[in-house]
Amino acid sequence: MPSLIDLMLEGRAVQHHGRWPRATVDISIWKFAAGEVARRRWSLLDLWGEPATVHMAIMDADTGEIATVSLDCPDLTYPSVGLHHPPALRLERAINDLFGLSAEGLPDARPWLDHDCWGVSFPLGNRVYGLSKTSPYRFLPAEGDGLHQIAVGPVHAGIIEPGHFRFTASGETVVRLEQRLGYTHKGIEGLMIGADLKRAAELAGRVSGDSTVAYAYAFSRAAEAALQLVVPDRAVWLRALVAELERLANHLGDIGAICNDASFTLMHAHCSVLRESVLRASDGAFGHRLLRDVIAPGGVTHDLGEDGTKLIQAMLGNIRLRFPALVELYDNTASLQDRTVDTGVLTPALAKQYAAGGYIGRASGRSFDARRTLAYPPYDSLQFEVPVLNEGDVNARVWIRVREVEQSLSLIDQILDRLPQGPLRAQADQLREPGEGMAIVEGFRGDVLAWLRVRDGRVERCRLRDPSWFQWPLLEACIENNIVADFPLCNKSFNCSYSGQDL
Amino acid sequence: MRKLLFQSLFRRPFTEQAPPPDDAGLSELAAAVGNAARRRLGRSLSIREVDAGSCNGCELEIHALNNAYYDVERFGLRFVASPRHADVLMVTGPVTKNMREALERTYHAVPNPKWVVAIGDCGRDGGCFAGSYAVVGGVAEVIPVDLHIPGCPPTPMAMLQGLLALLERADSRAVT
Repeated sequence: MPSLIDLMLEGRAVQHHGRWPRATVDISIWKFAAGEVARRRWSLLDLWGEPATVHMAIMDADTGEIATVSLDCPDLTYPSVGLHHPPALRLERAINDLFGLSAEGLPDARPWLDHDCWGVSFPLGNRVYGLSKTSPYRFLPAEGDGLHQIAVGPVHAGIIEPGHFRFTASGETVVRLEQRLGYTHKGIEGLMIGADLKRAAELAGRVSGDSTVAYAYAFSRAAEAALQLVVPDRAVWLRALVAELERLANHLGDIGAICNDASFTLMHAHCSVLRESVLRASDGAFGHRLLRDVIAPGGVTHDLGEDGTKLIQAMLGNIRLRFPALVELYDNTASLQDRTVDTGVLTPALAKQYAAGGYIGRASGRSFDARRTLAYPPYDSLQFEVPVLNEGDVNARVWIRVREVEQSLSLIDQILDRLPQGPLRAQADQLREPGEGMAIVEGFRGDVLAWLRVRDGRVERCRLRDPSWFQWPLLEACIENNIVADFPLCNKSFNCSYSGQDL
Repeated sequence: MRKLLFQSLFRRPFTEQAPPPDDAGLSELAAAVGNAARRRLGRSLSIREVDAGSCNGCELEIHALNNAYYDVERFGLRFVASPRHADVLMVTGPVTKNMREALERTYHAVPNPKWVVAIGDCGRDGGCFAGSYAVVGGVAEVIPVDLHIPGCPPTPMAMLQGLLALLERADSRAVT
């Protein structure tokens, strides 16, 4: 069995590719890599297109090695990965919508992001103008006596993002759920093309509002890898600080919101107050409640002063005081446990197959956490645990969040204690040659991947992959045989991003 | 649970400590919203939120309006599940082409009289996403807008202020 490095040696390595190698390969190596991914020897990290090239990023889960294989496809076709490996299906459908590259053998050739509203087909490839005459979107069938369908969305009842859910139910039990997403597709990858680094970083920070730090972090690290830029120490540590603040705020919000979807509003009210305290401290310390645009290529844009440090420390103290009672309340409320335990079970096998990140993977036995597995600084010198459970139910996903809140509190303490002094930002030199870089950063929801190619200070192509790509399909799987009324609970426990996936 | 309930017999529930005293502006604003809402609409104003393609940042802050610090329900402002129940449509995001029809249909489902509030820089003119093949632009490109509340995202405080402006000038179109 060749290692990932051997695979790279067989291809033509791309020069100036930062952090992990990328190689242009021939069809046989592409197929071999796809086969190994399907056999679960390697994990699929992403699959994305360019006008006449497809790229596949893969990771060896045992060694943490990462590599990208690229296949030139001048005739606009390439061998399907989704044919053997279902997690690639939606990615290949999206590549076809955006670039007009078709995956040979793809079992599901329906459009994904393209709802026939853009007035242009293949907007990032060879554009074809005018609306096409596509037939109505056909949902997958479910057959049997007494089945009925429930169509939900794209406008939902709550204050949430738009997407369509098509349930087929037998009585109260869900037989099949099919998602249709793409409603929030804004064409961000298109807007990235030709953007300077400043604008591109702002766009990256607006891919998914709840992960604005994670995206700016991943984008900046990818840009720095491409430009061989060294980030000053203080900025490295401040980045981790804002990343943990974002994680803390989101997890606190989610824990409450999950309980709220089980009609236990008391938890929601208390957790919302704690979440607000994090946002206010973030605002006081860094000038923005959601910490938008704090991280930028080269470093950070905002320093942390004495007052900010005190605000954050006071917030931590308050959460340490209040949070344990809420955890106890969650743990000791039988009616709540009745809803969350054994509901929406995601099996470890599926989590592994889909390389599901974040609390979804870690609640189903997949221990991957980019902060630990890839150990990017400053996490390589911080003490923290990566909680893992095997039950895979809503309850497990709540507990992973609870434990991660505790870890984030400790991480923020450590960062504030050890925050080095020094400059905040390194200036990007104009490199004469095009550079490429890739980075993976652990957001609150899971691993955010960014890849880009920069030429003359402008982005030539940038790919941003949300963890939700590999989590949404699992929600379809884990809702099966649950009752319709438990869907909001399962959905909230996943809390996938619509905007991050739709891009 | 028993312990927590027992404690709450003797001390004020945590959720009622807000707004904190240093937020004098918030209390003032809250009182003003309360008066105006009552004058025009009796005791309530029902808001239906529609994400027409936002990054979800605005939604997070709209959620915050419901937390104990801002607690908009005490002024009779409440978020409802159906456009049929709404007086105000609160729309976020650059309107994407894929959401255009859904937004139009939601607007038409709201009974008259109705007002539309566009939230955020993207809701105004598409923000940083303007010009994309997949984006229509601001909310006003698709449905008539009575008020824009700028920000990326606007703070909950800014949204409360915006709702006040709407209530003050509900009879004139396009206040900004």
